[in-house]
Amino acid sequence: MRTLVKPRSLFIGLSALCLLSIWLSLALGPVSLPLFDTLRAALRLVGVPIAGEGLEQAELILGQIRLPRTLLGLAVGGVLALSGVAMQGLFRNPLADPGLVGVSSGAALGAAIAIVGGAAFGGLPEFFGPYLLSLCAFLGGLGVTALVYRLGRRNGQTNVAVMLLAGIALTALAGSAVGLFTYLADDATLRTLTFWNLGSLNGASYARLWPLLIVTAGVALWLPRRAKALNALLLGESEASHLGIDVEGLKRELVFCTALGVGAAVAAAGMIGFIGLVVPHLVRLLAGPDHRVLLPASVLAGATLLLFADLIARLALAPAELPIGIVTAFLGAPFFLYLLMRGRH
Amino acid sequence: MLRTENLQIRRDQKIVLADVTLDVRPGEVLGVLGPNGAGKSTLLAALCGELAPTGGQVWLDEQALGHWKGAQRAQRLAVLPQTSTLDFAFRVEEVVGMGRLPHQTGRTRDAEIIHEALQAADVEHLAGRSYLALSGGERQRVHLARVLAQLWPGQNGQTLLLDEPTSMLDPLHQHTTLKAIRAFADRGAAVLIILHDLNLAARYCDRLLLLEQGRPRALGCPQAVLQPDELKAVFGLDVLVQPHPELGCPMVIAR
Repeated sequence: MRTLVKPRSLFIGLSALCLLSIWLSLALGPVSLPLFDTLRAALRLVGVPIAGEGLEQAELILGQIRLPRTLLGLAVGGVLALSGVAMQGLFRNPLADPGLVGVSSGAALGAAIAIVGGAAFGGLPEFFGPYLLSLCAFLGGLGVTALVYRLGRRNGQTNVAVMLLAGIALTALAGSAVGLFTYLADDATLRTLTFWNLGSLNGASYARLWPLLIVTAGVALWLPRRAKALNALLLGESEASHLGIDVEGLKRELVFCTALGVGAAVAAAGMIGFIGLVVPHLVRLLAGPDHRVLLPASVLAGATLLLFADLIARLALAPAELPIGIVTAFLGAPFFLYLLMRGRH
Repeated sequence: MLRTENLQIRRDQKIVLADVTLDVRPGEVLGVLGPNGAGKSTLLAALCGELAPTGGQVWLDEQALGHWKGAQRAQRLAVLPQTSTLDFAFRVEEVVGMGRLPHQTGRTRDAEIIHEALQAADVEHLAGRSYLALSGGERQRVHLARVLAQLWPGQNGQTLLLDEPTSMLDPLHQHTTLKAIRAFADRGAAVLIILHDLNLAARYCDRLLLLEQGRPRALGCPQAVLQPDELKAVFGLDVLVQPHPELGCPMVIAR
């Protein structure tokens, strides 16, 4: 059998890659900053006292644009990857995706209501619009997930197969509603809606960042506490309960963490696909399926991968910018097919 | 000790199990026999709390089964289902190690127990391999090692429920596995085991429960239960029953 990477080496490697991605994400963009200046300015920003002559521009770009964008990328990537682990554990299937429980489509619907509905009332106020959009997306994701969860419950037990099918049905329903809003939208609104659906880390601001950072930290601290229970859940629900796991409670936590995490990520950065699917998979290939390693490693890998995807989005057509959802789908979909084909043999 | 009185399970108004009064005694291997659909797995599901009885009650020690807290119950009662659906590439010893989840015995002790359970189920040589790379029979033995590890070393007050643990095993491993289960019971644990092979049941079980259409037909030692007319009535099979030439236990031969 192929030997796996030792958890220690994995964490060292991933941390190094993550730091590199942060560094590049801070330095590169329409105005590229010298790497060394970026490092000095970043160190000054976090309070390390070093001489700052000639760094005024770098510090301005970093503090106002690159740093919030980088933090947004880290949080979105990390929380999407964690949600992927949670869903693959819940459905006991390595090809499950956070979107399965309807959270992404619910968020898309919430956003469509905010964008098109807002436009119908003569445009959203400048200072309030972005927050309303995020809030609607978040509530939409949470709402649809809650409905999927309710539909999957019978006699006090949650049937994940029913949840899966309910998720597909509600995703289709939400999709048709989004389609209706798309039909009703005027050209400008349509553009906003389309771009939002493709996802972007552009326009990150600290104000929109905080809720996501708090949710990400919460989920990232909570899920690893349940790592052993998640391992047991992969044996099967009844097996896990015979090992003393409160399976219903665990499933509730997994759905809640996913709804919260993906809801907050989509609210902050729009629809970004495949991270939740691909990252846990990559980590499992490297280090095996043990959740005690998989969960923390997926946070690092997800954050890193999203920052690199964002770099591609920023640089591929510079000075124009690709929506990041295009990049992740372009990289993720072939990888998914590869996994599917590999699984056949 | 696990026991039940007048256990009844109804499914969609149809009674699938009734009148089962049973105790699984420390140190004994209790075999459950019966044709397909006789209610063997239903009985096991009710005994481990997966199915709520529509009549009667299941007791673990002096407390109703449903009142036990998850981990405490799991330290006393382990269950091996007929099939398992693990689709992730855990290593063999990681799968077995999951049996230690209800315990806080520490890493060193757990490693010893995992090793001993792997030996008992004769899967020690598979340590380090991916579970997904194993054959059906090897997987079955790995899961047996897991439930053995859950109760290891096995003592008075613990109960192990096994649903056809030999269904995918070659003849040699059918015997080694049942010997391991026998040894486990000899250390004081109570074992209830669903079997299809009448000769294996006759050889390794202390008592047998013969189920027919959800009701107990006979309960007693193998000599008493494995009677040609009983077997004809329950299985519809003409058999000869003779003592094993070397061991003396009943041996069932189809005519």
